[in-house]
This record gives sequence, C-alpha cells and structure tokens, in this order.
Amino acid sequence: MAVGVKPRVKVPKTASAGEVITIKTLISHKMESGQRKDKEGNLIPRSIINRFVCDFNGQNVVDVKMEPAISTNPYFQFEATVPEAGEFQFTWYDDDGSVYEEAKSVAMG
Amino acid sequence: MTFSTLTFSRRETIALGLGAATVALLPIPAMATTDEAIAAFTGGADVADGGISLNAPEIAENGNTVPIEFTADGASAVMLLATGNPNPDVGTFNFGPLAGSRTASTRIRLAKTQDVVAIAKMEDGSFTRTSATIKVTIGGCGG
Repeated sequence: MAVGVKPRVKVPKTASAGEVITIKTLISHKMESGQRKDKEGNLIPRSIINRFVCDFNGQNVVDVKMEPAISTNPYFQFEATVPEAGEFQFTWYDDDGSVYEEAKSVAMG
Repeated sequence: MTFSTLTFSRRETIALGLGAATVALLPIPAMATTDEAIAAFTGGADVADGGISLNAPEIAENGNTVPIEFTADGASAVMLLATGNPNPDVGTFNFGPLAGSRTASTRIRLAKTQDVVAIAKMEDGSFTRTSATIKVTIGGCGG
C-alpha cells in the first residue's frame, strides 16, 4: 500500500480560447520496480503507478501507460489545447487499485 | 514480462565480483525483449527512421532519474524503450484530441549505459523510430 501519495499539478489559471498551455505534473510515489531485493535477498514486490490520464472537460489530452522504468515520484510535462473555460482532470492509477485524482480549473482571460 | 530471466540484483552480482559475467550475459535477453516490445507495439509493421526527436542527456550521473523529452509531430502514440534495462518497457504516451503538441518529458530509470529508443505511431498508421545513447554512471535498477 502506497502511503503519502500527493499529486502536484501546475496549470496556468487563465488561458485564451485555443491556446496551447504547458502542464507539469508530479506525484510522490516510491514506484517500487519489483527488481530490488531487501537485506534477506527477497524480491521487493512491484508497486507502481501504472497509468496516468489527463482530461479536459471529459476530452482526453494524454494517456500514459507506465512501466517500472519510470522514476520515483513520476513527473510529466506536456502541452494541452484549451478550447474553452473548464477543468483539467488528472488521474493516476496505482497497482494496488488506488486512484489518485487532482483537478485544476482554467478560466478564459 | 521477462523478470524470470533476470532475477539477480545488480548490487549483489557486483559485490560478488561477477559483474563481468553479468554484462556478458545481459545483452542477449534484453535485445530479444526489446524486439518483442517493438513488435507488440507496431504489429510487425515497418519502422522508418526519423520524424521523431529524442532529447536526452549524453551522460546521466544517476540512472535513477534521467530526464528525457521527445517530440514527434503527427504522432498518435509514442512508446519509449530502454534497451539495457531488465524490462525494456518504459512507457507509452497516447495523445488525445486536446493534446497541444506531440511533445512530452518525463524522468526514467536506466540500469546501465544503453540506448533509449522512441517509437512513434503516426496518425496515418505508419511507425517511426529514433534512439539515443545515454551513459549512466550509477545504475538505477535494483540494489
């Protein structure tokens, strides 16, 4: 069970219609790869976030399938088109079934 | 996927002085699975060179977190592979209708000095690839 998972997202507060904005996301997660061993030589079981999705008003921006080779505290930077005022939804899916969510609204300005 | 073939820990093998043997054994299974991963993504279609750029450091001091960035104009999906990792899969980026560009950056783990491959699936169904060699001073897998 992953503990202390905290998503952080950086989105501009305002944008003009049709503008392309840069989004940065970071989520604190240990991303245990399943390759490491503990002191007794037992494999530490894999525990990662395996999928990240960013939507805007229900329309998809990016959908990332993640493997253990993504670093601890997964970071993504990408660009999104903002057609109108609305809300970005960010969702991370954990191996253990947990879902972490974050939302940021963008106003026209 | 291929954990069974590579169940040793790097730190242990190096501590035991078997590093050389490990390096000699690694490329064969790793390359095979890279090809498998590419085939699974492309469905066996031809993969052209170019049309995608991969921005990565030449030397990464810490293999645990290597920043990489790709740009693939006109791509609908981009798969990243680390050919020298125990499991070459890194991630697949699928771009939706509101993606502002076909650019993304993230941070990945690299077990050792190796080639990182990016394969883009274009909107017309064709595939294109590029690769970059990254020197890793401290590996980021296991141990």
